[in-house]
Amino acid sequence: MKAKGSVLLAESLMREGVEVIFGYPGGVVLPFYDYLYDSPLKHILVRHKQGAAHMADGYARASGRVGVCLVTSGPGATNTITGIVTANMDSVPMVIITGQVPRAMIGNDAFQEADIVGMTRVCTKYNFLVKDPSEIPQTIKEAFYIASTGRPGPVLVDIPKDVFLTEAQAHFPERAHIRSYRPSYEGHQGQIKEAAKAFLKARKPVLYTGGGIIISGANEELKKLAEHTHIPVTNTLLGLGGFPSDHPQFLGMLGMHGTWYANYAVAESDLLIAVGARFDDRATGKIDEFARHAKIIHIDIDPSCIQKNIKVDIPVVGDAKYILTRLNEEVRKLASSEHFASLYHAWNQQIGEWRESHPLSYEMDDELIKPQWVIEELSRHAAGDSIITTDVGQHQMWTAQFFKFRNPRTLLTSGGLGTMGYGFPAALGAQVAFPDRSVVAIVGDGSFQMNIQELSTAVQYHLPVKVVIINNLNLGMVRQWQEFFYNKRYSAIDLTVCPDYVKLAEAYGVKGLRASRPSEMMDVLQETLNHDGPVVADFVVSYDENVFPMVGPGRANKEMILGNEKREEIPSIPAGAAMNS
Amino acid sequence: MKTTVSLLVENKFGVLCRVAGLLSGRGFNIDSLNVTPSTLDPSVSRMTIVVEANENAMEQVTKQLNKLIDVIKVTTIENGEFVDREMALIKIRANPQKRAEVLREAEIFRAKVVDATPDTCILEATGDEGKINAFIEFFKHYGLVDVARTGRIALSRGGGKTAKKASKTPEDELKKAV
Repeated sequence: MKAKGSVLLAESLMREGVEVIFGYPGGVVLPFYDYLYDSPLKHILVRHKQGAAHMADGYARASGRVGVCLVTSGPGATNTITGIVTANMDSVPMVIITGQVPRAMIGNDAFQEADIVGMTRVCTKYNFLVKDPSEIPQTIKEAFYIASTGRPGPVLVDIPKDVFLTEAQAHFPERAHIRSYRPSYEGHQGQIKEAAKAFLKARKPVLYTGGGIIISGANEELKKLAEHTHIPVTNTLLGLGGFPSDHPQFLGMLGMHGTWYANYAVAESDLLIAVGARFDDRATGKIDEFARHAKIIHIDIDPSCIQKNIKVDIPVVGDAKYILTRLNEEVRKLASSEHFASLYHAWNQQIGEWRESHPLSYEMDDELIKPQWVIEELSRHAAGDSIITTDVGQHQMWTAQFFKFRNPRTLLTSGGLGTMGYGFPAALGAQVAFPDRSVVAIVGDGSFQMNIQELSTAVQYHLPVKVVIINNLNLGMVRQWQEFFYNKRYSAIDLTVCPDYVKLAEAYGVKGLRASRPSEMMDVLQETLNHDGPVVADFVVSYDENVFPMVGPGRANKEMILGNEKREEIPSIPAGAAMNS
Repeated sequence: MKTTVSLLVENKFGVLCRVAGLLSGRGFNIDSLNVTPSTLDPSVSRMTIVVEANENAMEQVTKQLNKLIDVIKVTTIENGEFVDREMALIKIRANPQKRAEVLREAEIFRAKVVDATPDTCILEATGDEGKINAFIEFFKHYGLVDVARTGRIALSRGGGKTAKKASKTPEDELKKAV
């Protein structure tokens, strides 16, 4: 096919099955936007390029397909970087297409020039600078292949303006062949057998699973394994939804704001089976104390994740779904479900006692709405297949604790990077992927304001996302840290000067609702969920609620602050420990 | 600990940046680095990098290097298992009266005189790092005008290629490390 770069790009994207692009036009990408004018490719015009990156991310996390965003050179490209790093940290398949100044001007400090390939080299899975239009089909093929295979991640493709405009003869490859990139999926068979044998020797095993379960679609295999062996399951933040949270074997999330019983189970375990989780510091707490008595099996597709933070006894490199399928076969060969039940009987009983003695809890109040209550009721009343997104902070942790996720790809949250402002645009991206499902963005009053401009996008494209603001009029998580670790010296957390969110929503043409008292809460929640279009619901909650349990920085996960201690009982932080967290 | 890493990489723009960036991003200083297209396959380059890093850090870096899309193969070359060479060119002060002496002394190091002017001459020598150090040190007394030395290039001893596609699975390598 002989055609201009723009045509070759559009054709390549369509061959990859791309339905929608989240983007924002500008100087050097105008040739491609001109072509899009009569192309069947759907384009969502965002209001800020960071929004485009998060929407592509939300689209990808919700659907499992590659999210695509398109921006111009210079500021267009640099504005997407936070979104790119967010996706990179959480292994989200994304292709970011950036315009670049014409080839002859690269390096000359041209108008809106930025060396985006140089800047994103360290925060993408891979990136390309396309130097000739004939390379476009091959590059796009490889970009989608790299983004979506192995441990997924964002891939950036930088295309100079004159490459869009120049004609070239190009061939569309059927598949990508990259000799130096061959992700291994199947795992080492001997290691899988070894792992299965470890189950029989264990008496206190725990399954610790992360986002890898969701990415590889291994939730059924995980459930099968857990049910056959009666091993309790704890999830990382990104692993939530990978195991039904109403399942009797579910321990909830572990780590800094994990459940008491999940953290105790891991600390006391003698076998930890980590699947698609990377021993992140927020999950492990003080690493020397993490599962210190346990033999560790680590199943992960990324070999560089193994032995990175913790010494692993049985590493298995490969895809979670494939390996768990094999592991299920091996475990079934070794022992019956009844046998495992009796092996781990005492352990499961112990966990049951912990569960009883230290449940997740909060106190209700007559005057003030408790944020946990809003999330618990939302969990009860939102449709079963609702997609929930969050921003970052206290509301994110309460969502992880109190929302009952039952299905994979129903929680979209920035776990690794912790990006405030992620939740709302990600929800819009998810809604684009699933126009008929209920999508709720649970946001903080701080983080919502970071990408609030996308309300216009919601209106323009009829995306009925429900925004639930957990509004405590301050930066709650920062305040919580200052309360515990900085002698209650509350520095720069006050957000009492804020817009009237109801009026603001109305100004954008979105329905605005508010609940300030417990008596109003349920009605507002119902109205929010039942409304046809987008809603901003402002839940004014208690000002100084804290997230408990909490593990202090540098502390072992067993040393949890539960919230019912007196101030002086709260362990002080050893000098230097806070420095690392 | 000084470690020599031999990489086979795609011979295209930006690859050196990715490799160097990965090392510098983790605070490693590159002692020496050599990049040339492989003579066997011009689409592949061989990089030989010497870095100062402890064993654990090096294991992580090796894995990260393997993860780079453009890296075809990574080999950490351990002491004693490889042949390594450097080359140095040194320009020294040597008037015609001293030239005979220079030539004689160059013999000790099997060095060659490759250029001469009335006041200076350039000597060329190859050898391992120790020999090159000694060579440069020895000729200092003439007065060194300039020194250029390559980084280390290395090949492992024995039958195998230093960097062919890994036949071992990552688990085998990890097991060894456990």
